Formats: sequence, C-alpha cells, structure tokens
Amino acid sequence: MSGTAVGASTAAARRKRLARPNGKYGYYYLMAAPALIGFFLFHYVPMYGVILAFKDYKFALGIMGSPWVGFEHFERFFTDPFFWRILRNTVVISSLHILFGFPAPIVLALLFNELVHKRFKIAMQTISYLPHFMSWVILSGVLIEVLSPSRGAVNYLITLLGGKPVYFLADSHYFVGVLIASHVWQSVGWGSVVYLAGMAGINPDQYESARIDGATRIQQMRYITIPSLVPIMTILFILSVGGILNAGFDQIFNLYNPAVYHVADVIDTYVYRVGLLETKYGFSTAVGLVKNVVGLVLVLSANWIIKRFNEYGLW
Amino acid sequence: MNAQNHRRLADKLFDIGNYTFMIGLSLLFLYPFWDLLMLSLTAPAYVDRLGLRFWAHGFNLDSYRQVFRSDIISYAYANTVFRTVVGAGLTVLVTLGAAFALSQRKLPLRNTITLYILLTMFFQGGLIPSYLNMKSLGLIGSKWSLILPSLANAWYIILARNFLMTFPKELEESAIVDGANPLQVAYRILLPLSMPIVAVIALWSAVSHWNAWFDAMIYLRDKHDYVLQLLVQKILQQDRIDPTNTGTYIQITSQVTSQTIKAATIIAATLPIILVYPFLQKYFVKGVMVGSLKG
Repeated sequence: MSGTAVGASTAAARRKRLARPNGKYGYYYLMAAPALIGFFLFHYVPMYGVILAFKDYKFALGIMGSPWVGFEHFERFFTDPFFWRILRNTVVISSLHILFGFPAPIVLALLFNELVHKRFKIAMQTISYLPHFMSWVILSGVLIEVLSPSRGAVNYLITLLGGKPVYFLADSHYFVGVLIASHVWQSVGWGSVVYLAGMAGINPDQYESARIDGATRIQQMRYITIPSLVPIMTILFILSVGGILNAGFDQIFNLYNPAVYHVADVIDTYVYRVGLLETKYGFSTAVGLVKNVVGLVLVLSANWIIKRFNEYGLW
Repeated sequence: MNAQNHRRLADKLFDIGNYTFMIGLSLLFLYPFWDLLMLSLTAPAYVDRLGLRFWAHGFNLDSYRQVFRSDIISYAYANTVFRTVVGAGLTVLVTLGAAFALSQRKLPLRNTITLYILLTMFFQGGLIPSYLNMKSLGLIGSKWSLILPSLANAWYIILARNFLMTFPKELEESAIVDGANPLQVAYRILLPLSMPIVAVIALWSAVSHWNAWFDAMIYLRDKHDYVLQLLVQKILQQDRIDPTNTGTYIQITSQVTSQTIKAATIIAATLPIILVYPFLQKYFVKGVMVGSLKG
C-alpha cells in the first residue's frame, strides 16, 4: 500500500473528494459549518477576550496592545467591601430562590395530578405557565403596578385589613421578599411540567393495589407518587445548587433601584454597571471571570455528584 | 366499612380543598395581567385610586390611540417581528444542519465536534468580552447583532440530534443507495419527519426573540432600532426616575396619563404572545418532555 504510484492516486482521489463534497461525509461537514462558525465567532472568540481581566484596557490599544497588569484587578476586587456585598446578595437571593422555588413546582404538580376533571387540569396548567412566557420587562411592569403604594391591589388589601400602604420596591426590608415571591410566581407552573412527566410514567397498578389496601389519596401521594419522583428531584436540586451564582439578572435589573442596591445588587448587575456604564472593562471582566470559573466548578461538581447518585448523569 | 367511609370522606375533603386552592391560584396568575389591561382602558380621573380593578372606570381607548400614533412603536413592532421571524427561521436551519451531521454515528470527529459544542454551555466569555467582540465584528448598531449570536445554540442542537437519532439508519441508507446525496436525504426524507422538533425549536427560539431586550439595549443606539421589550423597558425605567419623561417615546396628552400609557404599551407588547400561546402551549410541553429524557 505504500508504493508511490498508489500514494499519488489516493492523494488525487482525496483532492477530488474535497473539491466536490461528494465524499461520504463532506456534505455533513457542510451542513454543520454554519453552527460551528457561529460557536467560534460568538462563543470562542469572547472566551479569548477574558485576558482583559489581566490587562489595563485602553481603547486605542485594543485587547492585544493594552498593558498587562497581572492580578491587580482581582486584588482590588477581593479587598473591595462591594465584593462581599454582591457575593452575599447573590448567594442569599439564589439560596432563597432554591428554598422556596424548588419545592413549589413539586407541590403544584402533585395537586395538578389529583385533579379529576381533565379539562380543568389542562386549563389550570395553561394558566400557571403564562408568566413563564413573558419577559421580566413585562412582568416587572405588572408587578410595579400591582404593588404600587397608591394604586396597587396588594396595598388595597393591606389597607382593607387595617394596615398601612407599603412601598415594596423601594423598601429594603421587603425587596428580597418580592424577588423571591415573584420568582416562584413566574416559574412554578412551568417547573411542574417535568414532575408531571415523571408522574405519567408511574405504573397505575401501584395505585390500584394501594386503593385495595385502603389508602387515601394523600397516602398514595406520600407512599407512591413522591418516592417515584425522587430521582428527578435529586437531579434538579443538584443542578439548581450548581447555578447558585446566577441570582437572575433580568428580574433584579428590571425591579431594583438605588434605594435597595445594598440588598439587591448581585454579581451580574454589578458587572453590567461597572463594566458598561462606568466602562471599567478590565475590572468588570475580572469580576465576571471569577463568577464564571466558580460557576463552572459548581456545575461540573454538580454533574459529578449526580453521576454518583444515578448512573446516567446529564452529559 | 368504617375505614372505607373514612377514606371516602378524606378524599372528598382533599378534593374540595384542592379545587378551591386551584381557583384561588388561577386568580393569582390572571389578576395581575387583568389589572394592567383594565388600567390601560381607564380614564385619567380614575387612575390614582387604590383598589382592585375588576373593570375599567370611564372605559376608553385613548391610551392605545396615543401609543399607536407614535412612530417609535411601529418601528419597535417591525424590529421585533423581523428578529423573531428571521431569527427563529435561521436558528432552525443552523440547528438542523448541525444536528443532521451529528446524528451520523460514523461521522469522523463526531465526538470532538460534540465537545466543541457542549463546552459553550459551560463557559462564556462574559459581558465585556462579548460586547467588545461585537464591536470588533462591526455589529454594534446593526439589527444582525440581535440575530447572529443566537443562531448556534448548543441545547437546541443536542435536542434535535437526539430526536434524529431515533430514526432507523436504514431510512437514510436506502435513499443513499438509490443515489441521493446527504443534502437530498436531509431535505426530502428527514426534514418531513422532523416537523415535531422543528416546531419545538422554532417556537422556543421565537419566544426568546420576542422577549429579548438586553442585547438590543447594549448593542443598539438609535430609538428607531428598538424592539418592543426595550421600548417598554425604557419607558418603565425612565419614568421611575422622572415621571414626565415617557413623552420622549410617546406623546402624553390630557386624555391619558403616563400610567395608562405604560399599561397600554405593556399590553401592546404582550398581546401577540398571549393570543397565540394557548394554541402553541402543547408544543412547548412536548419540547420539555423530549429534552428531559436525555440531556
């Protein structure tokens, strides 16, 4: 096979194959090309841009030409009292998201599952998904109105019960509570879809025999439905812990204001303000890089843990 | 017998409780949107009243007249429709192309390419590097800055690949034997069978384009390039700082107040989604089901 004549002819054949994508796989690479180029241009090139975190960015010099500053941005960041504030806010807000947002869809799915009337069940599901399909721009507009101290329905009910109107969105005692409650409101319906899918896979014989043994619906729920959902719960729980540095930029950005920055400012909102508004590119990139690296470690550990618990893992 | 009666009673009480709870819950999901709709239809004299808005006092359409008279909102509609239709259409094309290729079990470099795609799910350059990248590509100020970055989506590609891999191999092989090239196989045989996944990806992509605003905020400068969500965002944010400022985007006359204008703009930006949503909802659910089986 190593004769020169044979080598030359295969080279010619190869050239021919490359020219017309007629080889076995040429067409497939052609079909994949737009996606691969897209990932390169909009994902991999910006990854290279993270070297800005180690540079003093000068507009005229560009990323390459700007002088290196080593770990200066990171040092400044870790000694800045703001760092501890945004880290605390990020972790507090997303922990509360998990604490309230994780069990809520499970409970809702269990209750959906017990609705006897099929049409009513479908209607309820459709209604509960609604906020999921709207942006936080729209949802914040809705919340601002409903929570308004002078016009809002919530404050109307408070005054009806003898209380005083509360300015929820400008009061740091209430702001985080509003974030958590509205997050649950927005995501609970859609979150229940996966659990309902899990319930659809439970063998009906189990319920049948439980009924013969005289189990009430609540008992069936407790001894059959919930245990069957544990694998899904484990995966979703570990995943949400893996994403703990994502406190929800869109929601906070559209609801917060300087009066509540000290409880509401999180890593992502800080990166936006310092980076794009104050144009401290290098510093802001450093902050973002810390978040991304820690987030990556968390997600990978989460997957590692899932793999240990159940043989599949996520990827 | 006693135990059975007890069971029936317990189940009955549970049902009553559950149905009551559900009705309460549906109010919680629907009322806020209803409230805003009624506010948009309320006459200025009744706006600043504390209360539940079950119906619009002094019902009128003046706010909507003002909103639709502004040319900024017609541009915003056109821009949003453009990015939604073109963006979702191109995303489907790009996704299917990559998914067809990766569904070939024997494709050389298949695992390398999959890894190359998956990595983008876990590590991003971040806000500033992405912004500077867009700048160096010359996309700042162009409506393509809203479309191009989202065309290649790792999650959609994996989802579509898994779907395509459920087809029997023989389907493609027999067509190839008959002399079709892979492009023809993809277009004539696999595409018609892939309509469920095409629908799911097109819809998800369309909803995310319809709802997107942040990219428009940082990449676009001109008011005439704004998308609906960004217009709403600007009106809400500016108005919180300076209540007289809504007029930058939409004229406020004595028949309306900035409150009803805001409400009308929000409804105008949301109504298309609310109207199509009940019909399309089952496709979204189907997508989640497909996606949850294998990651």
